[in-house]
Amino acid sequence: MRVKEIKGKRRKRLYIALAAITAGLLVAMALPLTGYVLHSVGLVQVAQAQEADDEDEAVNQRAEYWRAVRGGVEGYSAVSGQETGVLIQNGGQKWRETRDGPLSFFGASLIIAVLVAIAAKHLVRGRDTLDERTGRMMARWPAFERALHWYVAILFIILAITGLSLMFGRAMLIPLMGKEGFAAWAQLAKPVHDYLALPFAAGLILTLLIYARKMLLQSHDFAWLRSMGGLIGDRHPPSGFFNAGEKIFFWLLFFCGIAIMVSGFYLLFPNLGWERDAMQLSHIVHSASGVFLIAVSLGHIYLGSFGVEGALEGMVTGSVDEGFAKEHHVLWYEEVKGIAAVEDNTPAPDATTATPT
Amino acid sequence: MARMKFLCDAERCIECNGCVTACKNEHEVPWGVNRRRVVTLDDGVPGEKSISVACMHCTDAPCAAVCPVDCFYTTDDGVVLHDKDLCIGCGYCFYACPFGAPQFPQQEAFGVRGKMDKCTFCAGGPEEDSSAAEEEKYGRNRVAEGKLPLCAEMCSTKALLAGDGDMVADIYRERITKRGGRPETWGWGTAYKGDA
Repeated sequence: MRVKEIKGKRRKRLYIALAAITAGLLVAMALPLTGYVLHSVGLVQVAQAQEADDEDEAVNQRAEYWRAVRGGVEGYSAVSGQETGVLIQNGGQKWRETRDGPLSFFGASLIIAVLVAIAAKHLVRGRDTLDERTGRMMARWPAFERALHWYVAILFIILAITGLSLMFGRAMLIPLMGKEGFAAWAQLAKPVHDYLALPFAAGLILTLLIYARKMLLQSHDFAWLRSMGGLIGDRHPPSGFFNAGEKIFFWLLFFCGIAIMVSGFYLLFPNLGWERDAMQLSHIVHSASGVFLIAVSLGHIYLGSFGVEGALEGMVTGSVDEGFAKEHHVLWYEEVKGIAAVEDNTPAPDATTATPT
Repeated sequence: MARMKFLCDAERCIECNGCVTACKNEHEVPWGVNRRRVVTLDDGVPGEKSISVACMHCTDAPCAAVCPVDCFYTTDDGVVLHDKDLCIGCGYCFYACPFGAPQFPQQEAFGVRGKMDKCTFCAGGPEEDSSAAEEEKYGRNRVAEGKLPLCAEMCSTKALLAGDGDMVADIYRERITKRGGRPETWGWGTAYKGDA
């Protein structure tokens, strides 16, 4: 019997039955696909994954174990000593790469850059000579402060030379002195550096305490900084007892000095049992701060000696020329002269005779 | 040319410390200086592993790289030695060494450490071979007599192997294949996880 020959309701029922069977087959095929879709989206985890982990355990149980050892895990050792239970430490290689890499490169570059800048300034602009030299002196540095300054300065220079020898000596001095010659120098330099460290620290701490108050930045300091102390723009920006440049040098000494002293303490007393990573970090902080301070100190030394006329005599004799004071520290000059004028009850001798600057 | 290496078979080491004792005795190593040590991981737990470690005589030795007086040198055999006459006792080699090989006889304030001492692969130092000066400073020179390091010779289980790297590797490889059982393929679990 053909479909065409079935008539009426029976035909309709036939079509419904066929559609239902087809739909049922399609659903039966599609339903499992939902599982696949959900699994691929990650909503359904199958026992498969766990089996794979167990497999992993069977493949190499020691992989994680040795990875931990490589990471620096500590064991037990019958031999007692510092960190004898540690098989492998990783900090050493990082420290070696830092010290022989960026630390040496940027440290040397900074010092060379500062020297070049100083030479350029001196050759191009020349010495900062005094506008006038009156011959009348003003007290600026009392004896104790002068003594303290030279004490700290001389120790700093010795520590700088010995420290730089230990850092760059291998590259720079062995070619000049030979291995034995340089080793003999280094065998002296290391204990000198280590034993002078505490006397230097004492002097530095005293210096930082004495001057901290006077070194706080004030409004006129920012104008001074904008003209870079007269290097550009206004040739004589006013300043107090300490100009902004001196104040900034002080604060660099303050913060880097503290870093050097704290890291130096670790380096100086390994008998207190610091572990290797503490020593590595201390060494980097100490060397970086040290090289940085050496670089800025070169600027300080230049300005205090050749760079500015009338500066060095202040720190040697204790007094500066009034012309120097008026030119470089006019606010301090006025403060001192004002008080002097009030105390004397007579006008300052140069009030009528001084030439306007 | 032989390239000398150490290898400690962690599956065989029984933590007898025979290597430690042999080295200490043969070279008359002073108090506080430990040229060789045995480290035990997971001590007391079944499956604990022990390894004997001293200077590994690295190819690109970190100790040699950081020494401020450049007192290290590598022999033709690949043995890393140093000159105690140049050493300033700064400790940098100890900071750099991954294995903690450099040792110092003193531990005092102001960074006083004395001259660095370490495993020499029983190959002495820069002084003349087998001289009294060499023996006093660096210990016995066995390599100059054609012998291998005493620690490996004295190892009770032959866990510690010392000698030409290729020969040491061959011995170790033979052991691995003979042992069979648990696979020791590093990284396969991570790389091939999920493979059927």
